[in-house]
Amino acid sequence: MTTDDLLTVSQFSVSYDVTPPVEAVRDVSITVRRGEILGLAGESGCGKTTLAYGIQRLLKPPAVITSGSAVFHDESGDDIDINTMDDAQMRAFRWEKASMVFQGAMNALNPIITIGAQLQDVFSTHRPAMTRRDRKLESGRLLDLVGVGSARLRSYPHELSGGMRQRVMIAMALALKPQLMIMDEPTTALDVLVQREIIEQISDLRAEFGFSVIFITHDLPLLLEISDRIAVMREGRIVEIDTARNLYQNPQNDYTRRLLASFPSLTGERGGFVRRPGPSTLATDAGGMF
Amino acid sequence: MTTLEFKNVTKKYRVRGAGEMLALDKVSFTLTSGQTIALVGQSGSGKSTIAKILTQLERVSSGDVLLDGTPIPTWGRPLRRYRQTVRMVFQDPFASLNPAHTIRHHIERPLRLDKVVPPDQVEEEVFRLLTRVRLSPEQTIDRRPHELSGGQRQRVAIARALASRPKLLIADEPVSMLDVSIRLEVLNLLAELQSEANLGVLYITHDLATARHFSDEIMVLHHGKVVEHGKADEVILTPKHDYTLALRNASPDPEKHFAAPTTPGATS
Amino acid sequence: MRFFLRRTAFYAFTAWAAITINFFLPRMMKGDPVSAYLQKNQGRISPEAIDSLRTLFGLDSTKSLFEQYIDYWQLLFSGDLGRSFSKGLAPVTDVIASAIPWTVGLVGIATVISFVVGTSIGAYIGWRRGSKADGIVPVATFFSTVPYFWMGLIAIAIFSTTLGWFPASHAYDKGTQPSFTLEFAGQVIQHGFLPALTLVIGSLGGWILGMRNMMITVLDEDYVTVAQAKGLKPSRVLVNYAARNASLPQLSSFAMSLGFIVGGTLVMELVFSYPGAGKLLLDATTAKDYPLMQGLFLVITLTVLVANILADVAYAILDPRTRQMEA
Repeated sequence: MTTDDLLTVSQFSVSYDVTPPVEAVRDVSITVRRGEILGLAGESGCGKTTLAYGIQRLLKPPAVITSGSAVFHDESGDDIDINTMDDAQMRAFRWEKASMVFQGAMNALNPIITIGAQLQDVFSTHRPAMTRRDRKLESGRLLDLVGVGSARLRSYPHELSGGMRQRVMIAMALALKPQLMIMDEPTTALDVLVQREIIEQISDLRAEFGFSVIFITHDLPLLLEISDRIAVMREGRIVEIDTARNLYQNPQNDYTRRLLASFPSLTGERGGFVRRPGPSTLATDAGGMF
Repeated sequence: MTTLEFKNVTKKYRVRGAGEMLALDKVSFTLTSGQTIALVGQSGSGKSTIAKILTQLERVSSGDVLLDGTPIPTWGRPLRRYRQTVRMVFQDPFASLNPAHTIRHHIERPLRLDKVVPPDQVEEEVFRLLTRVRLSPEQTIDRRPHELSGGQRQRVAIARALASRPKLLIADEPVSMLDVSIRLEVLNLLAELQSEANLGVLYITHDLATARHFSDEIMVLHHGKVVEHGKADEVILTPKHDYTLALRNASPDPEKHFAAPTTPGATS
Repeated sequence: MRFFLRRTAFYAFTAWAAITINFFLPRMMKGDPVSAYLQKNQGRISPEAIDSLRTLFGLDSTKSLFEQYIDYWQLLFSGDLGRSFSKGLAPVTDVIASAIPWTVGLVGIATVISFVVGTSIGAYIGWRRGSKADGIVPVATFFSTVPYFWMGLIAIAIFSTTLGWFPASHAYDKGTQPSFTLEFAGQVIQHGFLPALTLVIGSLGGWILGMRNMMITVLDEDYVTVAQAKGLKPSRVLVNYAARNASLPQLSSFAMSLGFIVGGTLVMELVFSYPGAGKLLLDATTAKDYPLMQGLFLVITLTVLVANILADVAYAILDPRTRQMEA
């Protein structure tokens, strides 16, 4: 291990090559530390997803990386510049070093092939030496690890609940023990109880395997609870980056403050809410009548 | 004073191969003018079944739904009057507005159909309504939904719902598809309009935090049953039912998180 | 299992309805072509043939409609579709049997080739959207909008009349007897090449366009991005993730076009004087040969039905969601 940094993104810019061009990510510099959960917060269209896709070079035309670099500091000590790899090198890098978990509780899994096959093709691509039996065994082990159970190898995505599908995605992302996991709104489509379970699972797995996480979501309260550091993005730029506690207790940027104020506190004051309690038809002590 | 009453409402669905599914199990509550009740629960809890019953997409299997003491009419003029009295605001402002029509058309329609104002005052009323939801009438009236932002579209949907001067508003996740920074604005706007017209609001949501601050009462639904119903603050701050407690503890709460001396990154 | 039972019941009902309509149709026709025909050819028709004609056309006034219906089914099950007026009272089954293989062979092979080639090209163009490959689309569309008879005539003018590469008409050389020899097979291929080629070119555009558009939709799906993020080889992403999903809607169109093989290739068979079922149907219509028309109608209905069953089976195999939805 050479440094504590895992990924250094410098002056990274992405444009959508339409008329007029849209600068989705502008001159972003950010460092992901080894083993940390870095939150990337912002509203839709702020460029947070584009930045993550850009790091993995997954952008589709008309999006183009216009400048900047992303250097991955491998645990072997090598520095890998993501922009200079050819297609084959990039494919070998993907998932091996950095995997992804997508939002789509529904759409991130191919609906017409089994979960087992989708897990196993990670191994057949990246571990060609593995036998068919080993691939299957390892895939089953991964499903056991995330609590889905190896019996589900033969299931199709639609046979699983949203939470289960997301666990399958996490199992898949873990397959090659990557050093970085990019999670794009991984719990947004899920109910809050399921969301909590998934978040705890991610946290446990990170403690066990030590990977770093870039966690992308618009749900700032959630990020505040799970992240070590949080970067707030707006209009393609990072407007503020700090530890979760500092960002919450002492935000420096106006937009960060506004974003924080947009989320009412669950147990605290009403904040910006104008409404005051009106008439209630309930007797004062009727709260627990059910 | 208008009162909407659910009395022991049960809704069963037949599920192929699985017999019957209880979507609502003896649900009772009363919503009156000026009051906001939040209906909270996860997907499949029965929240949307209640909305469907109120919009008459579904019939109850047993029990009564009464508006000022009379059952929801099923046809003719009484039904029209019911629909004028109870209005919906949907989750997806894009899907609920017709992309082919201008904003003017959307708001004029209920005004003319329900004969809210004399024909020669319709234009004026459209302007008033748009202004009321803080849209610039000159800039929006001749546009089509896709030319507006999500927040603007939802304001149009609210203006349309208010056009026929309803007494009760059913707001089904009205802000969950909007950008976070404008959610509060839209809820505050709803609250203002509510106090002006003394509207009763049924706020259907999965978000406990907004439910608490936006409503007088919270009703927690779980598998079709009301497991807890009480004053908003009490339900959230001192939940009596395990399920409510579980929901509350699962919801992110940075304030509590940072108040406790936990290390950043720990989740539980 | 339930799914298959339901589908089976559905198809059994459809088949029954089609056959029953076939039973009632001649009974609703105005006039009585059969009696007229029988009178014209008195004495030359065997008593059995008369009986079967009477049953099929409901002239058996001594029997109730229900008895006629039962008889009709019995005839069907014994493979008796009556006698063809225009083909010297040959059994309709024989007449149809002699035409069907030509149609099914030629048009069937052309349809399969067109589907496979068109879908593959469409998948590739969709995959490489925005590249030069897109240029194929307008060309293919052009050919599918050209009226078929026109394209057929031009093909004959160029490849047959001018260049002399292929014969202009018929399924094999005049004067040869069909046999299972290499020479005869060579003739069949030579004669079938132009009709098949024109059919393929005429229908290719639809397959290409349909598949390309589906590909573009599917390529935007998250699971395709996931497959790419997994570092899978592009060929694997293309085949296992994108094309497999995109081709599902193509399958139902394919089944439909298989169903229309027997009835839908009249123009081709006319242009190339090909002795198939389409031409037979035209002959039967002009000759007012009702038994033959009735038999052809039945065969066409049943092929459409069989094609739909095949599509259902293919869908159930390829798309696991269909199986569950019905369960």
